Formats: sequence, C-alpha cells, structure tokens
Amino acid sequence: MPSFVITEKCDGCKGQDKTACMYICPNDLMFLDSDKMKAYNRDPSMCWECQCCVKICPQQAMDVRGYADFMPLGASCVPLRGSEDIMWTVKFRNGTIKRFKFPIRTIEEGTADPLGGFAAHEDLNSQALANEPESLGLDAVPTL
Amino acid sequence: MGISREDLVYNIARHVDSSVHLFEKWGLKIWTDEEGKYVHEGRWQLMINGESYKIIVAEAAKNAITEAGGEVYERIFIVEPLLDGDKCVGAVGFSTREEKFYVFKAKATVATMGGAVHVFRPRSVGEGFGRSWYPPFNTGSSAYFTLKAGAEMTCQEVRFIPVRFKDAYGPVGAWFLLFKSRAISAEGGEYMVVRKEELQNWAPYGLAKPIPANLRNYLGMLDVDAGLGPLYMETDEAINKIADAYKDDPKGYKKKMKELDSEAWEDFLDMTISQAHLWASLNVKPEEKHSEIAACEPYFIGSHSGASGAWVSGPEDMDTPYKWGYNNMTTVNGLFAAGDASGASSHKFSSGSHAEGRITGKAAIKYIVEKGAEPNMDAAKVEEIKAKILAPLDRYQEFCNETTDPSVNQNYLLWRQFMDRLQKIMDDYAGGVTAAFKTSKSNLERAMELFVYLKEDSEKLGADDIYSLERCWENLHRMWQADAHIRTMLFREETRWPGYYFRSDTPKMDEENWHCFANCRYDPSTGEWEMMKKDVWNIPGV
Repeated sequence: MPSFVITEKCDGCKGQDKTACMYICPNDLMFLDSDKMKAYNRDPSMCWECQCCVKICPQQAMDVRGYADFMPLGASCVPLRGSEDIMWTVKFRNGTIKRFKFPIRTIEEGTADPLGGFAAHEDLNSQALANEPESLGLDAVPTL
Repeated sequence: MGISREDLVYNIARHVDSSVHLFEKWGLKIWTDEEGKYVHEGRWQLMINGESYKIIVAEAAKNAITEAGGEVYERIFIVEPLLDGDKCVGAVGFSTREEKFYVFKAKATVATMGGAVHVFRPRSVGEGFGRSWYPPFNTGSSAYFTLKAGAEMTCQEVRFIPVRFKDAYGPVGAWFLLFKSRAISAEGGEYMVVRKEELQNWAPYGLAKPIPANLRNYLGMLDVDAGLGPLYMETDEAINKIADAYKDDPKGYKKKMKELDSEAWEDFLDMTISQAHLWASLNVKPEEKHSEIAACEPYFIGSHSGASGAWVSGPEDMDTPYKWGYNNMTTVNGLFAAGDASGASSHKFSSGSHAEGRITGKAAIKYIVEKGAEPNMDAAKVEEIKAKILAPLDRYQEFCNETTDPSVNQNYLLWRQFMDRLQKIMDDYAGGVTAAFKTSKSNLERAMELFVYLKEDSEKLGADDIYSLERCWENLHRMWQADAHIRTMLFREETRWPGYYFRSDTPKMDEENWHCFANCRYDPSTGEWEMMKKDVWNIPGV
C-alpha cells in the first residue's frame, strides 16, 4: 500500500524548510521535487504504509494505493485525525463504504507528565525505578 | 523452548505494570468494561485504542529530556560504536536529512536501535516488499553496534516468524485471544487439535501452556507441507458465535454485531492499516467469510517471541551466574542494551521493552555516577571511521560516468543490488521462505562460503546521495546480523525451534548436549569469531 501524492493538492508545504511528509516519514522516503514544488515517495517498495504522511498532510494531498503485488484496485482507507479521535472511511472494491471513529488519546497532546504524578525518589542503588513502588500499585518492588 | 534468561524476564515482569500505568497517565486509552474493569486479551494483555500509542510514549520521553535540560537529536543514523580499549565511549553517524556527520562522546551508551527486517527475502517481491510484519526501518543496527563493540551475543540462531493474516500481515492476537477464533486448514481440520500428538516430540516445552509460538507455527506448517493449505482464520465462525448469545433479542444482536465489526476493523486500522485495505480490496467482511493466514518471513528481535540480542548483566539483587556489572550492561564496559537489542528475554512487548529501557537507563546513570570517566577518543580513528562511512558516496562519484546507465557498473554495487544478494543467500541456504524454513550443516557452510564474497563486495558499495548512503549502511548492518545467525545455527547441532527453522540434518531436540545458550562474540581487535555454550539458570522452586 505505498503512499502517493495527489498532484493537484500538493503545494510542497510552501514557506516551510521541509514538507510535513518529509519531516514525518520514519523511513526517509518522502522527497520534495523543488522545481515542481511537489513531494513524492521515492521508493514505494520500502514503504510500510504506516500512513504517518497521510495523517499529517495539511493539504490532504496524500493517499495510498494497495500494493500492486496482492491488492486488487479500487479500495481505500482514508483517515482524518483530530486531537482526540480518528475517523476512517473504508471503501471496498465493490463500492461498500464503512465509517469508523476511534478515540486516540485521553489527554491533550504535549501535556504528558513523565513521572505520571507518582511519588518519585532518587535512590540509584534501589531496584525501584524513579516512581516505584507507587506506579506499580504495590507497597514494594517484588523480590525473590 | 527452555532457553531463556529467567533473571531478565523476572526483572522486566516486576516493573512492567509501572510502565503500563504510566502509559495510561500519559493519555493512552485502555478499554474498560461496564464495571470499569480493564478488558483483557488472553492472560496478560489489555485491549487499547492504540492509534497514537507511539506518539504518546515518545511525547513523555521528550518532555522528560526537555525538563532535564537535555537535547534530542533526531534523524541521525548511528552507524558505528566508538571504543577506547574494552570500553564503549560513544557513537558516530550521519544525518539522514542534511550533510552532517555526528560524533557523540559518551560516558555510557545505551543501544536500543531495534531488530532486523529484510535480512531474509520477503514473500512479497514487488511493491509489497516493504510490507514486512516488523517495520523495514529495523535494519539490524542494534546487533551491528553491539557486535562491532565486541559484545558477547546470545540466541543469534533464534529468528522470529509470526503467523499473520497473509500478505498484509494483520495481527491475529485479537482474533485468537479476544474473539476466540480457530485456525484451520483448507480441508477444515484445526491443526492445533489434529496434530496435538506432535507436541509430545518437543516435550517438556511442547506440553507447556501456552504452547510456544514456534510450535504453533510448526503444526500449521506441517499442514501446508502435507498439501492441506491454504490455512484460514475462522473469523465468521468466531463473530457469529459471540453474537449468537443475543439471537433472541434482535435489537441487542444488531448492536453486538456493530460493536464486533468496529472492534475487528479497529484492530487493523490502529496498527496495520494495510490489512484493512486488503480486506476492502477483496470485499472481505470478516463476519461472512474467513481469511487466509500464513507464516511470514524470518525476523530478528529480542522482544515478542524472538530472542536474539546482546548478552547482558542481570539484576543485582538476584543470585545468578549472570552478573558482571550493572543491570543490562553488555560484556563491553559502558555499553548497555535493552528491548530488541538485549537477548534471551522474550515475551517483552512494547510495555516490557519500555520497562527494560527504564531499568537500563537507571543502570547507565548509576554507572556514570560510579565509574563515568571522561570519554577518551582517538581523533585519527574517528577520521578513519568517518572516511569509511562516507566512502560509498566517493566511490559512486568516481565511477558513475564510466557507463551510460550508472546503475550497472563494474566498480560498485548499489544498495538494492547488494540487499538482493544478501537476501538470496539467506533465503536459499539459511532457511528462508522458499526453503520452507529448512537448512542444514552443508547449506549453512555454503552460505558462509558465499558470504566471503559478499563481505568483500560490501567494501564496494556506491551511493549517489545521503538516502542511498543510509540504505547502504542499513544493509551492511543486516549482513552482520545474518553472519551471526548463520554461525550460530551451524554451532547448535540440533533442531530446537521447529516452526522458526528446522535443521534437517539434526532434526531432533538434544537436551543432553544443547540445553544451553549458544553465544558468540566478534573480537574487534583480531576480527575472529568465538562460539561458546553458556548454562541455563532457572529460578529456584518454580
């Protein structure tokens, strides 16, 4: 299911030092053709279809087409991710449409407290990690 | 199959709940039932809404580093360890986005660069090449880094082969454990029932509950070998069985079916979107039609049901023969490993690997406080490594104009060509998909003969840009993982993990001689490999 860029919608993330898809691709596949100001996936056969690029594209200019080796044409899975939920539109080859909405997180992005609000200590010689035992829900770290 | 570091497994197990509780605090949504209790999948797992799982966990780490006044470096491909005698003093690598070479000096170094994919030829050969079960950006960097530092490695013979929905590799866990689905052959037999007697041949491990992953694979493979394939997951039967409880209540039935439909699709859309796409492209409705499952190609991971990784020091408060320093420190001073990088502690998944990372981070800090001398590095050596890392760029420029098509040249190989050679050797001789996961002493020795040429040619890689340079080094890393794998399969003269690989010349398990770890070490000063056996220690009274 390699990702592809819709020519008409892609604006090359004008004004940015790099495109959103280039920034996010974990396999360094997205590339900007700076003459055309359009991005493209430079090696579809190395694409894991994680859809990070599809989810982040501000122009919704990215989609995926099923891997040619084993997927008949005509289907699609299109995400629309918000701050709390993700909506999916799944289109079957035969035209059937399914829509789903799933929660993605319970607190606002960026607000995670690394210690989780649990009591912490700084004893390097203890087997208890920084916020244990409280974060375990136990009185002490188990031992044999 | 009897070969695990129980001290490491115990250590992860006693800390893992803490990580799960943290994930929940950081915003991960865990399913609860009407009474507010967590919904379990099998004995150990909880159901989550996991679409943003990685973002959530990474965000907390980023916040922690920022709060501590640290700096996060991203998009840097770490290539080589830096050594000062028997001590690791840092790492070097290059940016995958700009022309920058990085040298990191470190009082302690933690290797957590994942497992290895694409060491073996995948089932897909065209566009679907990248649709591996594990991400293709896991390229053996942990194994390479620890091997090149001179660390002792363990379980390098153990590859992991998951059975998944065929081709798109959608997860089967929820189907087996939550929906209680059966897996059958094309003729309808449930291989786990029909072939139950086979498990006796692998006792006592074959009789354990749950049955080891490789043996579950193996029983399915026996069906395929016997011409009973394809294998199928009975999704329709499972869903209808659950919904049947509501058959006298049409409204309740409709509601339950809708709920099951949503759960089934979310399972894929959250983590393997491609499988949802495959279902849609084949017009599959899981409540109406079963779906094909198959064994994937082999992968190398220290987590899940893999085991390959570095041999690390165990917890300090346990009385074991595996202690030579700090928790999770490799046999190289100052070099630590966790997650897919540490071996023989299977069944850690994302939360277990996270807990292991925390254990390791703490141990590394303790090491720095107690022993952390200023790292001493040889500038000339760094320059030498840098020249070696960047050499494919120079080689390409020197020779690319000699032919009208720069992709075919007598003076260099491009990364894809090199990768194809590596995968072909592994697939043909080391028990890949096309060899039906079978190998033997003679096949492995032939692979080693061909590896001599592969290694020589690895000095002749060419790269036309940074992207290609990244791919070149990924494949060099894979080659070292492959090398350790071949040597260790050759060393262990038995078959212990049927379903992962079968040594046809030694087809039985040999408890008398091989109930032990098979470890290996590459000596950076001599270039020699050493193979060794290490005893298995069990927790007393368990």
